[in-house]
Amino acid sequence: MQGVASRLLVPSTAKKGDVIEVKTIIMHPMDSGYSKDQNGKTIPREIIETFSAAYNGKQVFKMQLQPSISSNPFVSFFMKAEQSGTLELTWVDQDGSVYKNQAQITVT
Amino acid sequence: MSNDPRVLPAMTRRDLVLAAGGGVLATLVAGLFPLPASADPNDVKKWLSTVASGTPTPGKITIGAPDIAENGNVVPITLSVDSPMTEQSYVKSIAIAADGNPLPGVAIVDLSPANGKAEVQFRMRLAKTQTVTAVALMNDNSLWSAAKTIKVTIGGCGG
Repeated sequence: MQGVASRLLVPSTAKKGDVIEVKTIIMHPMDSGYSKDQNGKTIPREIIETFSAAYNGKQVFKMQLQPSISSNPFVSFFMKAEQSGTLELTWVDQDGSVYKNQAQITVT
Repeated sequence: MSNDPRVLPAMTRRDLVLAAGGGVLATLVAGLFPLPASADPNDVKKWLSTVASGTPTPGKITIGAPDIAENGNVVPITLSVDSPMTEQSYVKSIAIAADGNPLPGVAIVDLSPANGKAEVQFRMRLAKTQTVTAVALMNDNSLWSAAKTIKVTIGGCGG
């Protein structure tokens, strides 16, 4: 899909050993394949199938999504801050599109 | 989020009364012509067993969700597992399923000690009042489960 925007909310600084919350949202219809449009025609399934997060290249979170996930998927999870680095989020659409977002975290 | 056409607009009291009436009608119609599009408890078990085989013990995992969901399109769910999340003892994955949606599976989450805390939040669809089941797989391969029944006033998933 084109023009899929996402947002990532994470503290920009953290103390070493802190457990920080990562909040994310991506604008995506997550068409389940079970709903119909105004003309009664079934809207084909079009969902994001996986969401993952890597910190300095190492996977820290992964989620497989099914059509039961709401549109504009919001996901929050926790992460232990051990060193400064980059948090990179990746969403993979069923059509093969890949959406990314990232943030820097300074750990002191 | 408000630009999503699927999100219901704010309702007036009159709309609400009409919708409530419509809901009663829909329930009556659904009772006369049961819709085939919903998973049954066996489908849920089957799907959960593809994620983690074995019989889970009730406990350790908590499903945080409203008792009554006003809008089945967006039901906030918080899954938390009682685990220290250390190298010695941590949650490997959590699977969540719903028995009243067309497909039983909702999501599978993979965690590791890097998370520090075994808690995940997301929003799911509920087609109707149903039971949501979550199973946590620990690093020692033990399985823990929890179930919660959520009442839905306006169903999600369309249809």
